[in-house]
Amino acid sequence: MLDKECVHCFSHNHQYFVVDGNSGSVHLLDELAYQMIKAIKDGLEFDETAVINHLSNEYSPRKIKEAFEEITVLVKENLLFSPDFTEIPKEIDSVVKALCLNVAHDCNLRCKYCFAQTGDFGGKRELMSYAVAKKAVDFLINASKNRHQLELDFFGGEPLLNFEVVKKTVLYGEEQAKKHNKNIRFTITTNGIGLTKAIQDFLNEKMYNVVLSIDGRREVNDAVRQTINGEGSVHDVIVPKYQEFVKARKGKQYYVRGTFTKNNLDFCEDVLYLAGLGFDQISMEPVVADSALDYALTEAELPTIFHEYHRLADELLEYYQTKKSFNFFHFNVELKKGPCLYKRIAGCGAGHEYIAVTPTGELYPCHQFIGDEKYKIGDVSQGIIRPELGERLKHAHVLNKPTCRKCWAKYYCSGGCHFNNLKYGGSLSDPYLLACEMERKRLECSLYIYSSLNN
Amino acid sequence: MKQEKTEHKHIKTLTKSSLTKTLVSGGCGECQASCQSACKTSCTVGNQACER
Ligand code: SF4
Repeated sequence: MLDKECVHCFSHNHQYFVVDGNSGSVHLLDELAYQMIKAIKDGLEFDETAVINHLSNEYSPRKIKEAFEEITVLVKENLLFSPDFTEIPKEIDSVVKALCLNVAHDCNLRCKYCFAQTGDFGGKRELMSYAVAKKAVDFLINASKNRHQLELDFFGGEPLLNFEVVKKTVLYGEEQAKKHNKNIRFTITTNGIGLTKAIQDFLNEKMYNVVLSIDGRREVNDAVRQTINGEGSVHDVIVPKYQEFVKARKGKQYYVRGTFTKNNLDFCEDVLYLAGLGFDQISMEPVVADSALDYALTEAELPTIFHEYHRLADELLEYYQTKKSFNFFHFNVELKKGPCLYKRIAGCGAGHEYIAVTPTGELYPCHQFIGDEKYKIGDVSQGIIRPELGERLKHAHVLNKPTCRKCWAKYYCSGGCHFNNLKYGGSLSDPYLLACEMERKRLECSLYIYSSLNN
Repeated sequence: MKQEKTEHKHIKTLTKSSLTKTLVSGGCGECQASCQSACKTSCTVGNQACER
């Protein structure tokens, strides 16, 4: 029996693709082979005579036979219409290897869409003490058992409001990593307001990756990313700082990262604007918000968003040929050396591999869950006291979510964000479908870009 | 079958899965936690490279 449900056919600019969801294989085809696979997916019998009859108006029997033979090889090799697992692979043991330290539940901006509710996560405005940060490092080293590669991300709120603690924590982390034969990759996300020269130097020396928030064009950025009193242009303050900073980073990893909302559905312009400012590592995320809010994205916006992603893909390819190229985070796809099955299933690892720490040292499955007491899983002194919560999240992987299991994108997507699935999808095992639509479109664009650049 | 992959005229396979292979070898767990990298709001794994 051919498994047809998980096979996806799409084309863009006369390139024809088929993704075999169950095996994760991707094929580039000519129009004939594409039409044939599409017809078989849509119900045509998998049989030489049947396909010849179906396509003989347009193609010679010799060509049809040739293509059919190639398709047969792929089917036999389990690279097309391949079967799903009959048994779900056992989950392997996991250990905590990444921490998100919310060093400041406070912010010097008041962005309208902030999921952290302008920095305080719905609680008190507070900063993490060095004592708590130290305990968090100890917890990470301890909990990671024999895992060598660890991650520590400084987040908030705005982490630069607590820069002294960031600095001391990095130094302490380095010392402890050395002592325990670990490597910690430090990363930070900042809104740029407090990015002085001295801080830039420190971040350039110590941070493996830096995420710099900006939404794009001045009017787009300043409409949502605002100062506390609403005065002045945030865009004008941060752009020169980011430019100076990125230049001094000398090729080390960074991203300028923005959010698009219903108010800038032409977000391709914002990405190109950022590229024009000289940034070559760009990420632009769809806002996640309650559909009642005026800037929220809904199903009605999907056609425009899809169109915009395609436009961005074409623009990006154009840049590769003519101007300075740039990298768009969501159009990256790793086809040669992609992750193993376990990673593809585990996804973000929230709650068992990845944990967020509040300023007072409470542990949550990830930064999104912070503030919802139900999801508190422990604290830095005692470690994880409710492992069953992490287990629940771990268990909610693509093969255990009925919608995901049938989705062609499952091994590339990893099942979406647990928090968003709970909040907008309805439960841990029901993906947030609006995000799915966008994820799948981005994956199509990524494959199109990959094949355009590699063929 | 007579034809080898490389002789295919109609189909070029961009990636063959190695999923079943890794099922046997197991994962090493040294890879990056995906959410950490650049987004913090949308999670994806297809863009990550294996650290092995
Ligand atoms: S979250 Fe959505 S896009 Fe991702 S695997 Fe599940 S159904 Fe597919």
